[in-house]
Amino acid sequence: MHVLLGLEGSDESVKTLETTLERAEEAGDELVIGVVEKPEAARSTDEVVDLATTALEDAGIEADIHVLEGDPGSELVSLAEAEDVDQLVIGGGTRSPMGKVRLGPVTEFVLLNATMTVKLVR
Amino acid sequence: MREPHSRTYPDERAGPFPAPPATYTDPEGRQIELVAVDQHERPEETDITDLPLEALTEMYVQFDPADRAQGIPPSNESRIRNWLGPLLENGINVIAAHDGVAIGHATLVPDTDDPSSLESYDDVEWELAIFVLQEYQRGGIGTQLLEHLLGHACHLGVDHVWLTVERWNGPAIALYERVGFELCGAESFEQEMAIRLS
Repeated sequence: MHVLLGLEGSDESVKTLETTLERAEEAGDELVIGVVEKPEAARSTDEVVDLATTALEDAGIEADIHVLEGDPGSELVSLAEAEDVDQLVIGGGTRSPMGKVRLGPVTEFVLLNATMTVKLVR
Repeated sequence: MREPHSRTYPDERAGPFPAPPATYTDPEGRQIELVAVDQHERPEETDITDLPLEALTEMYVQFDPADRAQGIPPSNESRIRNWLGPLLENGINVIAAHDGVAIGHATLVPDTDDPSSLESYDDVEWELAIFVLQEYQRGGIGTQLLEHLLGHACHLGVDHVWLTVERWNGPAIALYERVGFELCGAESFEQEMAIRLS
């Protein structure tokens, strides 16, 4: 399967990267990665690119990494359409102190506007 | 850790609110006891306050899965216990009971990575949630729980309270607004609301 993995600098994205690479190794998915900016996240865009590059090397998987500037949700959906992927994978939300799942505006945009299957990783 | 008071709060403070313990008669004539169960205030005479984890676990295993919101309460007993543990240890809790059995729960959880380092209740923002078992809903018990939890929290010195509610849940948003919560925060699937206590 041809998969676009959307990442930003949060812990949620790190987990999504790990889970997606595991699945890609098992299933032989063809991956492309889009990194978007999230100003409040713990890691910068450059750090996410480094992290993804290392993880890809460790997993022995080749994938192009695109750094996307501009509106994160629409950039991810546009890249997914340009690459003609089967699935767009993003993080499945953070948890509030209470344990409530919180889906941000990027997730909402992707879910409502993507023309392919979207996977949220928990 | 979040910056203290990172949300936008109403200028005006809400309240006063009634504090537990209290008794409320619902429209079906059921006597509902409202009791606080924190380590700060633990009335001896109620079994529920001696064993809140057991009482609430029993309640949440009966919770209608269709009434879950935003991933809580969790759906099986061990997950329920893991979820309730920190809520009871670090939070502020009021239980609604009928005939000695928990049928509703309102809780405030401190918005901090390290609850043990809290020196005062007004140091942090508190996240609120309310749950009422299905057969007790629509009788005003949620409003009673909400008001008594806020009254209890106010006595303890809590100042800033927030919550999230699904954006399409109009009745819940209206209930929170009647008590004094105002809409705040970014629009996505969840709507944030906030209140300041007097």
